[in-house]
Amino acid sequence: MAEPVTVLVANRGEIAVRVVRAVRELGHVAAVVVSDADRDSLAARLADQVVVLPGTASKDTYLDGAAVVAAALGVGASAIHPGYGFLSENAEFARSVVAAGLVWVGPSPDVIAVMGDKATALQQARAAGVPTVPGSDGVVPDVVTATAVAETIGFPVAIKAAAGGGGRGIRVVDSAAELAAQWDVTAAEALGAFGDGRLYLEKFIRRARHVEVQVFGDGHRFVHLHDRDCSLQRRHQKLVEEGPAPGLPDATRADLHESARRLAAEIGYVGAGTVEYLYDAEADSFHFIEMNTRIQVEHPVTEELLGVDLVQEQLAVALGAPLSFDQEDLVPRGHVLELRINAENPLMSFFPSPGTLTALTWPSGPGVRVDPGVTAGDTISPYYDSMIGKLVVRAADRAGAIARARRALAELELAGVQSTAGFVGAALADPVFGAAEHHTKHLEEQLDVLVAGLSSSSGGPGWSVAEPASERTVDA
Amino acid sequence: MTDIVDVDSPLPGVFFRRPASDKPPFVETGDTVEAGQTLGLIEIMKQFASLNSPVAGTVVEILVEDGANLDPGTVVVKVRPSDG
Repeated sequence: MAEPVTVLVANRGEIAVRVVRAVRELGHVAAVVVSDADRDSLAARLADQVVVLPGTASKDTYLDGAAVVAAALGVGASAIHPGYGFLSENAEFARSVVAAGLVWVGPSPDVIAVMGDKATALQQARAAGVPTVPGSDGVVPDVVTATAVAETIGFPVAIKAAAGGGGRGIRVVDSAAELAAQWDVTAAEALGAFGDGRLYLEKFIRRARHVEVQVFGDGHRFVHLHDRDCSLQRRHQKLVEEGPAPGLPDATRADLHESARRLAAEIGYVGAGTVEYLYDAEADSFHFIEMNTRIQVEHPVTEELLGVDLVQEQLAVALGAPLSFDQEDLVPRGHVLELRINAENPLMSFFPSPGTLTALTWPSGPGVRVDPGVTAGDTISPYYDSMIGKLVVRAADRAGAIARARRALAELELAGVQSTAGFVGAALADPVFGAAEHHTKHLEEQLDVLVAGLSSSSGGPGWSVAEPASERTVDA
Repeated sequence: MTDIVDVDSPLPGVFFRRPASDKPPFVETGDTVEAGQTLGLIEIMKQFASLNSPVAGTVVEILVEDGANLDPGTVVVKVRPSDG
């Protein structure tokens, strides 16, 4: 075992708990930084040392990089683990950690910067031979060129405004005639909305699945840790994840894994990362979306599938150890599902439901793992994310895992806040999911059906959900 | 003479008087409001709830500052009903 060092966990909630546990299992000392609101949190209770940053707002606490580095130096820490979210993919913060003489548990700041930029990440992916979404090579000058490009990549195609973003300025067309009819009006709209009428084309994947590959590197050796499917999502918020991704042909799966491993090798990756793809089941093709240069919420799916500990591995590699496994050691065992239990009300557009958990008893029994952020009596505060915890189950096959997940959910006892548990149960019982014929828009399309069976909630006299009309946006 | 209505927050969170930092407040003291009109926003976990006036009337007092933390039950605005 390595010489004990202090590791500062710069995060909160379930991932802080998860990292504190890994640090302690490795024989190291776990310190956490917490906001005023989190001073009595489960992560703080489990840690060896706690540094309280005054304030509750994220920007004054978990997003204040200088305060976090100062806290690490104050407790004599050797390393900082950033978890996910907050500062985990902030290259400037990673640089400041390294500049302070601390070990950064993650890839190099330069790699974070390159993969965090959409354009440079795509360049890297293409350089590594990773398939990207087919489209025009930049801006398309006119409708004649656009038609030629569209016929090469195949309809449907999305006409996109070069200056657009966040789903705005996009029009999907199914034929050359439709493209010709829509081209000028799309350009005019783009000019009106963004002051820039330039357009480009991308293949439109109508029914995509979200499939991702976990990778790991130590700067010398690079492995893939198989795949996860996160297609059950609502407005890009994943609710259920599983591994392996169901229904992928063997050859496609092998290509997918190898492309992710190649990308990790190409950029000399250090630590845990995830390469995300859209999988087009109809065409049996996959396309790179982005790479996340951190541990992910759904990492337990891979841990249970392969029998590895990704967080321990992150810490060991960051502290200088070589990768502890080879590619051939990583063999999937059955099927794993992860369910996110959030304090949200599915009957009110999943509006957050902060409050005190008057009861919380997790399920147990064969094949059940719980990664909690809180325990009974704790309060889900209104200032941060709404996760109560994650329920992870493993069984011999997918049908067995779904049955086990439903059994486990039925055992969950939770009171004091509204939660996503009932909705997740309904989603698991959906025959379309059972047959693995779902896609990333399926939950949204089936929302009314899935919430129909849920018991009504206490609603809210005197207030209403202010979305999406509210113009307010929040930092981070 | 109708009793003044205390509009309290049903939710914990952060109170905002404006729809955006460069926009005017939803209401000022002395404004006439309709029943159901937005008095402010409460931010909870990066989402927003609209705090609505339970009655038509006149805003008499705004007790919570823009950006302040709220607990459930905190009186945010006082409204004098317009009739009855």
